[in-house]
Amino acid sequence: MAKELLKGNVAIAEAAIRAGCEAYFGYPITPQTEILEHLAKRMPELGRVFLQAESEVAAVNMVYGAACAGARVMTSSSSPGISLMQEGISYIASSEVPAVFVDVMRGGPGLGNIQPTQSDYNQVTKTAGHGDFHPIVLAPATIQEAIDLMALSFDLAEKYRTLVFMALDGAIGQMMEPAELPPMQEVRRERPSWALTGKQGRDHKNIVTSLYLGAEPLTKFNAKLQAKLAEIEANEIRYDELLTDDAQLLITAYGTAARVAQTAVKRLRQENIPVGLFRPITLWPFPTERLGQLAGRVPAFLSVEMNAGQMIHDVREAVGRTVTVDFLGQPGGVIPLPEEIEDKVRQMWLKLEAVA
Amino acid sequence: MTALAFQRSEKKILKPIEKLVYERPHSLDENHTHYCPGCTHGIAHRLIAEVLDELGLQEKAILVAPVGCAVLAYNYFDVDGAEAAHGRAPAMATGLKRVNPDSVVFTYQGDGDLASIGIAEVIHTAVRGENITVIFINNAIYGMTGGQMAPTTIPGQVTTSSPNGRDTAQTGYPMQIAELLSGLPGTAYSVRRSLHDTRHIIQAKKAIRTAFEAQLQELGFSIVELLSSCPTNWGMTPIKALDWARDNMIPQYPLGDYKVVDELKKKRRNR
Repeated sequence: MAKELLKGNVAIAEAAIRAGCEAYFGYPITPQTEILEHLAKRMPELGRVFLQAESEVAAVNMVYGAACAGARVMTSSSSPGISLMQEGISYIASSEVPAVFVDVMRGGPGLGNIQPTQSDYNQVTKTAGHGDFHPIVLAPATIQEAIDLMALSFDLAEKYRTLVFMALDGAIGQMMEPAELPPMQEVRRERPSWALTGKQGRDHKNIVTSLYLGAEPLTKFNAKLQAKLAEIEANEIRYDELLTDDAQLLITAYGTAARVAQTAVKRLRQENIPVGLFRPITLWPFPTERLGQLAGRVPAFLSVEMNAGQMIHDVREAVGRTVTVDFLGQPGGVIPLPEEIEDKVRQMWLKLEAVA
Repeated sequence: MTALAFQRSEKKILKPIEKLVYERPHSLDENHTHYCPGCTHGIAHRLIAEVLDELGLQEKAILVAPVGCAVLAYNYFDVDGAEAAHGRAPAMATGLKRVNPDSVVFTYQGDGDLASIGIAEVIHTAVRGENITVIFINNAIYGMTGGQMAPTTIPGQVTTSSPNGRDTAQTGYPMQIAELLSGLPGTAYSVRRSLHDTRHIIQAKKAIRTAFEAQLQELGFSIVELLSSCPTNWGMTPIKALDWARDNMIPQYPLGDYKVVDELKKKRRNR
């Protein structure tokens, strides 16, 4: 298929359809509403399920119900809406049913604003709900990547019977750029063996629950859940590297921040500053091991984020205490300028040269 | 549970014939329930299971259990089942039904679950005319957490969180769920019945049957509110609790049909 000029949110919605998404439940919130609007039109046309819920609380529980039925199901929201969904997110994690969430992040805390930020990094990677679990979190930096990761989200959710988040800042949701959509996948009508369909002649009933009364059964269940998360950590880490081979200074950034950093890296290279970019694509599982390897020969890191410094803690854990990790970024809805990153890197480079 | 009858065969030899007059409904599981002695949950479970058997729905039914005393209801029915978050059963049932329109989806919810924390979900499920059935157990108290005031607690009723009796000036008035939901166009069937004696139990079963029939005919949202007893948290013997339900709950919560769409009325006349 040919490239077309697509708005991020519309591209994500259409990519979900092309990935065979059977049902969508959601609630309007800026800056993700175009996802809901596109699906409101397209899903009924294709004989699929679209429903605008009365709240994010209801939406996530509709997703939970459809996921229990074994349907390819998703929702989308933005920061305050994700907070409201956290109850259902925790139940879904515990019930081990597959579901896909898109979080088009906006400014917080509270009602905050509708500017693009990456302020939900901790929320989606570490505190997506009560209890011990992590969703898989994918962070696209371009609209093409968002399209590609949408199909992957459903596949991973079903492979591991887990939650997958696609976390992007509002800029990627709202901007337009050329991208190519994949061919249409029809909705898969057969249901997995564990799904709630009514017994339909099965010799046993299927039950989906997150209730494990007593310490022993819940401990046992959590051990199983942790083993699954360890398997995901072993198999599903994704990242991208730009000019890391000879770099003496590495920027870590994802999403829109990574795109700005990429511009800065290219310009700084013209000044012969050996800087590279390390871009996590999975925010969870985080590419800890690869960053650790790089820290063996890279003495300084700069975490560029559109928040007050959230991913930086994962970077620090990966690279250890002997390596410098600086931060550039701010919460509130401001995208960093390439020049700001360049200035910061120059300062860091001067310090490194002075030490050498 | 079986009665023996004797019948003369053609060869004029007496032969015993077993005639089954009472058994566990197929839609009930063999597990023993955890409910307190004298609690009416067991009766409600049995009535639902009998209706599922009679309508041939065991293989199509999906139960969504609540948070509350009936949190383990999926262990007691032999049908597919899910356990919802507190109050969210109607939303979860919506998701299940929308992707499985041929299944028969029902929630089983108490008054804390449905009338307090889950009021938005149940109202909007009715607003949409969602083709699901809700069995609503109203016993005027929070059972599982040990007897706190519910939205359905009767004025003056003593609970652990209204130790001096429910004071309407501070905590408002009981919620009349069957009446409330009957006012919505999406509701096909909204009635209140009681489980306090045999006659009323038989009436309750008929209502449960009609509610499932409303779903099968895709007429919209159906709900049966069942006045129930909670001897443990009311601090009464089971028999006294049934009397209390009759004498105190029915005056507050009049039994009756609050909404029955015409399609169901016709059906009832033809039967």
